[in-house]
Amino acid sequence: MTTIATRSAAAMPLAEPDPQQLKRELRAAQTRKRLGALALIAPLAIFLLLTFVAPIVALLQRAIENPEVAATLPQTVAVLSKWDRKSALPDQAFSALAEDLARAKEDTTAGNLARRLNIELSGSRSLVMGTARAMPLRDADGKALSPAAAREAIIALNAQWGQPDVWRVIAQNGSVYSPYYLLASLDLRQNVFGDIEAAAPESAIYRTIFGRTLWMSAVVTLITLLLAYPLAYWLSTMPERRANLLMILVLIPFWTSILVRVAAWIVLLQSEGLVNKALMLAGLTQSPLELVFNRVGVYISMTHILLPFMILPLYSVMKSVPPTYLKAAVSLGSHPFAAFWRVYVPQTYPGIGAGVLLVFIMAGGYYITPALLGGPNEQMVSYFIAYFINTTINWGMACALGALLLAATLVLYGVYRRFAKVDVGIS
Amino acid sequence: MKRLTPALLSPLFLGLLFSGAASAAELTLVNFGGANGNAQKVAYVEPFQKSTGTKVVTAEFNGELAKLKAMVETKKVSWDVVEIDGGDLTRACDDGLIEKLDLAKTIKKDDYIPEATVSECGMGAFVWSTVLAYNADKLKTAPTGWADFWDTKKYPGKRGMKKSAQYNLEFALMADGVPTKDVYKVLATKEGVDRAFKKLDQLKPNIQWWDAGALPAQFLASGDVVMANAYNGRIDAAQREGKNLKVVWAGSVYTLDYWVIPKGSPNKALAEKFINFVSQPENQKVYANNIAYGPVNKGALKMLDAKTLGNLPTSPANAKDAVQLSLQFWTDHGEELEQRFAAWIAK
Repeated sequence: MTTIATRSAAAMPLAEPDPQQLKRELRAAQTRKRLGALALIAPLAIFLLLTFVAPIVALLQRAIENPEVAATLPQTVAVLSKWDRKSALPDQAFSALAEDLARAKEDTTAGNLARRLNIELSGSRSLVMGTARAMPLRDADGKALSPAAAREAIIALNAQWGQPDVWRVIAQNGSVYSPYYLLASLDLRQNVFGDIEAAAPESAIYRTIFGRTLWMSAVVTLITLLLAYPLAYWLSTMPERRANLLMILVLIPFWTSILVRVAAWIVLLQSEGLVNKALMLAGLTQSPLELVFNRVGVYISMTHILLPFMILPLYSVMKSVPPTYLKAAVSLGSHPFAAFWRVYVPQTYPGIGAGVLLVFIMAGGYYITPALLGGPNEQMVSYFIAYFINTTINWGMACALGALLLAATLVLYGVYRRFAKVDVGIS
Repeated sequence: MKRLTPALLSPLFLGLLFSGAASAAELTLVNFGGANGNAQKVAYVEPFQKSTGTKVVTAEFNGELAKLKAMVETKKVSWDVVEIDGGDLTRACDDGLIEKLDLAKTIKKDDYIPEATVSECGMGAFVWSTVLAYNADKLKTAPTGWADFWDTKKYPGKRGMKKSAQYNLEFALMADGVPTKDVYKVLATKEGVDRAFKKLDQLKPNIQWWDAGALPAQFLASGDVVMANAYNGRIDAAQREGKNLKVVWAGSVYTLDYWVIPKGSPNKALAEKFINFVSQPENQKVYANNIAYGPVNKGALKMLDAKTLGNLPTSPANAKDAVQLSLQFWTDHGEELEQRFAAWIAK
């Protein structure tokens, strides 16, 4: 009795307190904990947001952004929106153009417009800049010209304004967003009436380039798999200490700067290089083989650089496969090769999947190796992205190609996820 | 202090990371480096530092306007004087990437060749030429022009060519028999462009492409190619090193490089002072003695000896059968043709 009484007395303060308050305190404690956790991940989250998510969003946006014409020629675009792009132009288009260009000249935005139009219609640059320089158009009393007079004056400045071509390009780009760059990245274009058609054959290139990128990535992935699988298997059967020692041989090149490795391959593979000299000394070839500035060099170097990304996942998976399964299969009468193929290999599927995915995706984005070791026929999508960014300053095109490359990678990743799930189920 | 959470710190760190090192009373000169960069160092940078006491930092680029654009758009301009290709001058000026120059106070137009002072955005730096160069040790008979460059039967071996439509289309037309004075007239038509690409097709399997100016001289010296189109100054530099490389002036295409000031440069006054300094005849004379590029100051031309003059693109004998690069043509058609070239070369 006494013990119970003391217990209940001791328990009294616990039974009494307001359940509401308890809940509040609990919630406060949880909130504090959650805030603490948030604060811990905040630096990384902010870092990722700033350096990863935001640039990708900006890239996707820039791939469809088309602000130049709409921003510089608002009045002209408004007039042209009612034009069917076939019939004769209304005079108002000319007076609107004169006003828009006069303002563009003041704001020095005519250059942006000229650059944008010139991408689609060669010659527009000097047409726009030359016309803008002559603005504003004023009559003898210093007043703005009437639409009909503006038409005459502008065509007198440059007869190209009398042709429908440039007007059609302006009308077509009147919207702030346009599929132009994305279509161009797929060798497509919109004709003046908005229908999608194939690009001119002499400038159609990107489907070839995307195909080449996927093909070269696939070849490199296959070679790395063929080279890495036996090596990883061999390493996994070794005692820990020796395996670690040999692993260092894999990792040292992995830690070396990619530029250094590419430069080293140029030295090794060039016509006067070590490889060719050795081959000729051994009497295997008479004249030096062409091993660099072609696809062979790119494959060799990319395989070498990407090999660790295949070896490491394979090795880690193979380490976890118990050797007893294989022995059991053989002891039950299986041929050693069949046992290896049907018992061992399926257990390494997760490693193969991870390695293949990693190598394939990384190879798809390769720039420096093909640029330095390949010829023009080895350049992949990244080369053209760099080309548009650095050389022609056509950032819309660069972003569209980047967006498509990203989309291709995501699709492949999605495919992998499906297969990977199946594999996990089996093992 | 323990309350100073990482979350609070990270923007600080980011700020530190992204803020470039900026300092005043220093001039940043950006050029293409190499032999030309060395000549500029001797003729311009060092004397300027000595006479003004201003430190000049030199940096190299490969003519990428994108870098300039990124700087100007983000308003973080760390370049003060930039040497740019004539073909880019109009584009950069139209796009508002460079300052309008106010050189009228110090520069008298009559003292310069006319092309040097045509733009309100740039001051002519020097005249240079893209020429046919060959390794005289490897070829028994000297080639005389672009028709020989295309003749792989008479001159077997690879050709080094600049990886751009500019120049190569001109050269292809000349090789196809178009007289130098009509090159741009033909190139302005669709048929002319097709004709040039068709001519390039013939040579395509024998071409080793280059994009950095130092490469063709290396290709030639190592024997990788027997002929190349190259900047004449780079060949001159290789000759000075004792390489037996020769230049064919017939059919060469010359143009100017220009000094420009990026829009928003913090040292604009100093940059103008520098441009004025390098335009003086005595400085340009030293420059031309160090590399075979033509001075734009007429006074400098008078100070040069006959041997130096004979190597310049501007000497009458060399300019006789040369073409001036049409900036107007490339400003208008550059995008389309470079795009087509990029597609052509990758196929």
